[in-house]
Amino acid sequence: MYNENIFDYMRTEKLPHIWCPGCGHGIITASIVRAISNLKLDKNNIAFVSGIGCSGRTPGYLDFNTLHTTHGRSLTFSTGIKMAKPKLKVINVLGDGDALAIGGNHFIHACRRNIDITAIIYNNSIYGMTGGQFSPTTPDGFIASTTPYGNCDPSFDVVKLASAAGASFVARGDAFHVLQLDKILQKAIDHKGFSVVDVLTTCPTQLGRRNKMKKPWENLDYIANQTVSIKKYETMSENEKQGKFPIGIFIEEKRDEYVETYTKRVINKAKGRK
Amino acid sequence: MSKQKVMMGNHALSYGAVVSKVNVISAYPITPQTQVVELLSELCSNGALDSEFIKVESEHSAMAACIGASAVGARTFTATSAQGLALMHEMLHWAVGARTPVVMGNINRSMGPPWTIWSEQTDSLSQRDTGWLQIYASSNQEVYDSVPIAFKIAEHKKVQLPVMVVLDAFFLSHTSENVMMMDLDKAETYLPKYKPKHKLDVNEPYTFGALTTPEWYYELRYKIQKAHENAISVIEEAQSEFKDMFGREYGLVEEYKTADADTILVAISTAASTAKDTVDELREKGVKAGLLRLRFVRPFPFKKVREVLSSAKKILVLDRNLSPGIGGIIFQEIKSAMYNESNKAPIYGFIAGLGGRDITTETIHNIFEEAEKQDPKNIIWMEVKA
Ligand SMILES: Cc1ncc(C[n+]2csc(CCOP(=O)(O)OP(=O)(O)O)c2C)c(N)n1
Ligand code: SF4
Repeated sequence: MYNENIFDYMRTEKLPHIWCPGCGHGIITASIVRAISNLKLDKNNIAFVSGIGCSGRTPGYLDFNTLHTTHGRSLTFSTGIKMAKPKLKVINVLGDGDALAIGGNHFIHACRRNIDITAIIYNNSIYGMTGGQFSPTTPDGFIASTTPYGNCDPSFDVVKLASAAGASFVARGDAFHVLQLDKILQKAIDHKGFSVVDVLTTCPTQLGRRNKMKKPWENLDYIANQTVSIKKYETMSENEKQGKFPIGIFIEEKRDEYVETYTKRVINKAKGRK
Repeated sequence: MSKQKVMMGNHALSYGAVVSKVNVISAYPITPQTQVVELLSELCSNGALDSEFIKVESEHSAMAACIGASAVGARTFTATSAQGLALMHEMLHWAVGARTPVVMGNINRSMGPPWTIWSEQTDSLSQRDTGWLQIYASSNQEVYDSVPIAFKIAEHKKVQLPVMVVLDAFFLSHTSENVMMMDLDKAETYLPKYKPKHKLDVNEPYTFGALTTPEWYYELRYKIQKAHENAISVIEEAQSEFKDMFGREYGLVEEYKTADADTILVAISTAASTAKDTVDELREKGVKAGLLRLRFVRPFPFKKVREVLSSAKKILVLDRNLSPGIGGIIFQEIKSAMYNESNKAPIYGFIAGLGGRDITTETIHNIFEEAEKQDPKNIIWMEVKA
């Protein structure tokens, strides 16, 4: 797993990062960099985009063309980038609040269009940056600063949401099974079309602290125990499936990509070409 | 004897909503507002506040939920800041047009990009054309007191407009000060239950927001302007009643040593409290300085401003905000207020403290000094790094 090349892709002068000790966000970031390094992508050909939240700090540490945008709207900035410069590899990281609450609409429409962007969700089930408010993926009964008596809102399943909305690559990984995450991210980034990776991760400071997982490893343990391979999940009874999240690749399909379709069916026709 | 409590400005805002017995709260988190909502959601959950807390997916939805709740006759409250306020923009207009008396706390924070969280007034001042009334507080006590006062004004039948209570990020939001608390029963006498003139009611159906042709839209706008004009006397009444009941006095503006002042500085928010020290120091040196703090920016207190500034020989305006291309926003407003007046004293506009940079007594001393050297036609920038 150790990859000495990852620092070639990082703004090392910006380190150490400001994430809390034991935060899962660093694990995902390193995994993304390894995936890019393994694919031997030219770093100048990558646009790396984020919204805002702790996850939004990621592009600050990475040596690509980076854009740190507003809460929930990063996919629309990315859509603009991809449409205007289709040659760029666009990678967009999002928080769960960012992607699914305030940016939920943009998320489903990006899936629907199948535009060639990789969306990686740092899903820690909480609003980390703003102090631990509940998010659309906070588990039932969990304590957040805005749910002092336990969350009673049903949550989103990112994989089901992205699949139903039309993304052509949908996977789930987590910050514990890192070797698998490296592979999933590599495939997601390499995929042509809209790829979504839901990465279950930790927030010991805001989620763990309030939910008896104060120590970072306790939060990570919780993630490890929550996850099972897709294969195993399929053999489980409905009862056993409760509270478990299958990890792996759910959808990997070749489908018309939006920028190409648009060029073919609109631009070329408008210019009188066949 | 009323209780005292040391609290941050954000909690002063929450407790202001508590004494106002709000029925519905809806908000989305953003630094530096989060403690307002966290305390309220805790108080709602443990029964200290009998109110519904609506969790939403953005500020736009928060304001929409508040407008909806207000339309059925609930007293509604929310709080936000900067990017969140900007996202609400469409709904801010809607709350005014729908005449829903929502009260909102806004913590002044600079707008991105680049990302920043520190104080500046451009976020709320750039919403001044929506028709919201705006109160700019300069202490936590004022934040707390302003919430029930705001509801009283907002719900008054001659006003029926939403009100924003604005406070500086960190300088107030996260700074602890002593606050005298109101007795809940007494507060209820001051601010009785909200009884809307019109509401969504199955027994007496109305339609809200229906398409309006040019035949009547114009008159509805006229009524909103009139409501702003009416608000002046409603505010004076509401604040005088507040003084009688709680002993604390608030005006449309706050005057400090202006009666005999030659040079008057106009400012809002916490920069104005800092300026009081400078005024004292200048007075010790024999300079006849004074301060005019606008507590209300909407409705604009024209009469009061003109009165206070009528005999000043020099008027200085300090803006911790910027309307690029034209300069400080309060500067523009003061100039327009004084244009037809007989006092033609020069008016100088100063920009300072953008992005939360400190405005110290020294900054304000420098402002008084710069006014001796500068041409009032220029926008004067304080402490810009080369
Ligand atoms: C319009 C707007 N509303 C609210 C905010 C405040 N805000 C910044 S980050 C954030 C949520 C962060 O949670 P999440 O997206 O889950 O990311 P995490 O910090 O957990 O990585 C919020 C509400 C904002 N910046 N802009
Ligand atoms: S608050 Fe949570 S998500 Fe943010 S850096 Fe700390 S541990 Fe990570």
